[in-house]
Amino acid sequence: MTSPQFSKISALFDSHEDAILADWLQAQSRSGIFRSGAPRQADLKQQSATLLRSLRDALRGGSADIASPEWAGVRGNLEDMSRANAQLGASPTETASSIFSLKQPVFSRLVEQFKGDPEELSTQMGNLTTLLDKLGLYTVEMHQKSREAIIVRQQQEMMELSTPVVELWKGILAVPLIGTLDSQRTQVVMENLLQKIADTGAPIAIVDITGVPTVDTLVAQHLLKTISAARLMGADCIVSGIRPQIAQTIVHLGVALGDVLTKATLADAFGIALKRMGLTICKSQ
Amino acid sequence: MSVLRSEALPLKSTADIVNMRQAVRRYAVEAGFSLVDQTKLVTAASEVARNTIVYGLGGSAKLELLNNDTRKGVHIVFEDSGPGIADITLAMKDGYTTGTGLGLGLGGAKRLVNEFRIESRPGEGTRVELTRWK
Amino acid sequence: MEKIPILKIDAFLLVTIQVDMNDSLAMELQEDLSDRIVKTGANGVLIEISALEIIDSFIGRMLGNITAIARLLGADTVVVGMRPAVAITLVELGLPLAGIRTALNVERGLELLGASKAGEADDERSPV
Repeated sequence: MTSPQFSKISALFDSHEDAILADWLQAQSRSGIFRSGAPRQADLKQQSATLLRSLRDALRGGSADIASPEWAGVRGNLEDMSRANAQLGASPTETASSIFSLKQPVFSRLVEQFKGDPEELSTQMGNLTTLLDKLGLYTVEMHQKSREAIIVRQQQEMMELSTPVVELWKGILAVPLIGTLDSQRTQVVMENLLQKIADTGAPIAIVDITGVPTVDTLVAQHLLKTISAARLMGADCIVSGIRPQIAQTIVHLGVALGDVLTKATLADAFGIALKRMGLTICKSQ
Repeated sequence: MSVLRSEALPLKSTADIVNMRQAVRRYAVEAGFSLVDQTKLVTAASEVARNTIVYGLGGSAKLELLNNDTRKGVHIVFEDSGPGIADITLAMKDGYTTGTGLGLGLGGAKRLVNEFRIESRPGEGTRVELTRWK
Repeated sequence: MEKIPILKIDAFLLVTIQVDMNDSLAMELQEDLSDRIVKTGANGVLIEISALEIIDSFIGRMLGNITAIARLLGADTVVVGMRPAVAITLVELGLPLAGIRTALNVERGLELLGASKAGEADDERSPV
């Protein structure tokens, strides 16, 4: 049973769907809504027709709440629309505006129907406006979400690129950490390091933190966990490049480095690693 | 929040643990968990399942694949009508054993998941809930 | 039910665990291995776990038991090939796997076993 709020609007959609669609398409193209990136005419028609269909179905249902399961179809269409338009370079305003432009075609029919009853007309126009405003705003939100997803993915890629694990010598890996470490980044680096250890079978990994300005408890704990994990696998880690400030922070935080070997410089750490591998560097004759 | 899929698994003998692990793995994969997160969840489930069978004298596990708009998750409820745990805080401590040499592993399981709930009373069985989100 | 294969390599035994083990398989392994150590006089055991996707406290205990039993029978044990995801999870789980030696792969595991045997030989040489 249709919700009372939308019963009259629902009836309108039922009887005038095609006409409303035609008017809406015209309104969208005419208004020059799509300045930055316009969908092709055929795509626009497809998009709008699909949305109108879902809208009609949802209005027939019993709920006035666009977050309810009955409106899932409409939400899905709006998400697709947002995404497709975003890819074309359309701004969120443009997508929302095309939803808002559905108001006029329906208003004119409401006026025809409720000419003699200004109070009813006003109620119906109010209901429609509220509905389309909500739907328009939903597309803005969706646009936002897809942007955020892109940013998150790019951040991920940057994280993986910015801390490569290098093989200094057969059996000796090094990870030069640069910049501030947050919990997430540290985790990614560490998983990469352990995977590289497994792939290369390198028994020694040097984690150099010369380029890290500060370390907090969480990051220190992640480092320690990584070292423990490496040891469980059968490798060992040396931490190098601990600056005086960081050394103090670590002590103040009460983080116990236990028997983790630490060296002031990457060079020192490399020297130790070579020794452990039973290698020495000599001058060539 | 919605439940996309669910299934119930018996935990009668330790032979059921492998089966349950594989089911949890499937759910974790479907929820899009990273390999490390999958491993953590399956390991946590394995610990609690063993508890349910050995200490709880057998019970069941209900798996659910959840979706809460932004991300997916896996929710597992373990239930048994065994002797129950008298002192839960003590049982959650690492290294705690019941004297039969069986570590309860609950503290560890808790660390491996995002949400952990346990209800138990002596004589009334035990119920443990694990949830891990992507 | 498939048994876990045990191969002899020189004076060592190589156990390759490739299935998600249940309790009975684990017990069988312990028994089989103990028998083989005695029969072959092996002085080293390598347990290859690169196919193991999970190590929970039960499997951890099993590895510990095997190591202890082997020691009593005169053999050293090295667990090799632990997967990164498993190692990370074990650290989080808080399972120290104390007393269990590990190596990254069979090659390094053999080196470790060889080295410890050489060490023992040195110990046994008494000064005149």
